[in-house]
Amino acid sequence: MTEFMMIFRNDYNPSFKPTPEQMQASVKQWQDWMGGIAAQGKFVGTTRLSSEGSKILKPNHVIADGPYIEMKEIVGGSLNVKASSMEEALKLAEGCPILQIGGNVEVRKVIPMNN
Amino acid sequence: MNNKELIPQLFKTEYRKIISVLCKLFGIVHIEIAEDIVNDTFLLATETWDLNGIPQNPSAWLYTVAKNKTKDYFKRQQTFSQKIVADLKQQHALSEEPEPDLSAQNISDSQLQMMFAICHPSIPAEAQIGLALRILCGFGIDEIAEAFLTNKETINKRLFRAKEKLRAENIKIELPDESEIKKRLEAVLTTLYLLFNEGYHSNTSQNYLRKELCLEAMRLNYFLIENENTNQPNVNALMALMCFHASRLDARTTETGEPVLYEAQNKNSWNEELIEKGNYFLIQSAKGSVISKYHLEASIAYWHSTKIDNPDRWENILQLYNQLLQIEYSPITALNRTYALSKVSGNQKALQEALKLNLEENHFYHSLLGHLYSSNDKPKAIFHFKKALSMAKSAGDKTTLNNHLEKLK
Repeated sequence: MTEFMMIFRNDYNPSFKPTPEQMQASVKQWQDWMGGIAAQGKFVGTTRLSSEGSKILKPNHVIADGPYIEMKEIVGGSLNVKASSMEEALKLAEGCPILQIGGNVEVRKVIPMNN
Repeated sequence: MNNKELIPQLFKTEYRKIISVLCKLFGIVHIEIAEDIVNDTFLLATETWDLNGIPQNPSAWLYTVAKNKTKDYFKRQQTFSQKIVADLKQQHALSEEPEPDLSAQNISDSQLQMMFAICHPSIPAEAQIGLALRILCGFGIDEIAEAFLTNKETINKRLFRAKEKLRAENIKIELPDESEIKKRLEAVLTTLYLLFNEGYHSNTSQNYLRKELCLEAMRLNYFLIENENTNQPNVNALMALMCFHASRLDARTTETGEPVLYEAQNKNSWNEELIEKGNYFLIQSAKGSVISKYHLEASIAYWHSTKIDNPDRWENILQLYNQLLQIEYSPITALNRTYALSKVSGNQKALQEALKLNLEENHFYHSLLGHLYSSNDKPKAIFHFKKALSMAKSAGDKTTLNNHLEKLK
């Protein structure tokens, strides 16, 4: 089994303010999808990033506000999974809720730390 | 109460106390001496109480005899006196032979410390449970063998190796430092969890033994709650889990030991008092910021203990299983999660996910598939129930599967 990282990207949309019900429905979608991967014993770990308060550090101590001005897409989080191949990892990514709201999933192979 | 009832009962409650105190006094290296002394004490009780009747305070009688036997032992053993007593005298700054301190405080401290010694990470899990049953729960070798569905010889060997390991590692009978206690507590909780499950899922036909194992695990867990250093959120969460499960102990088997599935259980025979205790410990566990697997499992058990069929119930259970699987995968959790999914999103959706589980070797997997196919593909349902039947080991599981097959005919 190889480890893969799924990186979730979506268009930056500051005007989208979900209602608590929408938030709850979204959490359920994500949890059901990740629960399904975990039920196959293929879940490794996940990171969810806040869309607020991002800073970018550039050379010479230059600190800039968020990536949103320069980039159209922002990273929302990541999920690490175990899969036997890239094809299988892509298959696992198929149910990802971000695809339903126009986002995308980048799947990358993780290089083991001890190699 | 006569001797024949009283002595086994005292063995269960007093054996662990005396042995913990003696082990603490001698050091774990000499655990066998401690065992001999306690065994001799109980033997003498059996002999003399038969002749002279039961003393007024049987526990105090046992403590006095154990104390005297210990002092005699120190006197008799020349080599022992030279080697150990010299050490002990130095350690305890004593001029006289040391004697066991069987005060209530020292008994309770020693038992708690003994738990940490037995659940040391260097001892294999199976041996830990065996040792815990023998030393902390006063179980007979034959009872342990029955609980593990094996023979006495295997258990004796396992215990022997475990004690060797205790000696070799020179494990101290003490509470770990504050910095280490959380990590070591994990190992203690794992053992208690396994001990409880051993009882809860045991294949033994002895109903009393199953119950006894569960209650012992709860009693040991309660020691941890009573001590402020070990009274942590995850300890309370495990206690809540055990209470909720234990509330259904009577409902989940018939008098002859056959299993009664959750759906078919008489909810009125669930133990209300234990459910309330479960609620209490679950509230106590809601402190700190860490959600342990015990928190999640206790919350699932909480939903299973509610008698009102709340529409949110299965949705909550599904979400708890989703989280639990992200902390720790196990085939049975994966199967339970898929069952919860069928309750929330229907059999078709659950079936799609079930087929990805890759658990062909597990008879519960086929049982789940049988269940999910039952509604619209009878031949497949029968195929999987039969497959499960061919793999099932316990008589109880076989009965359940035969009942399912019967209904499909």
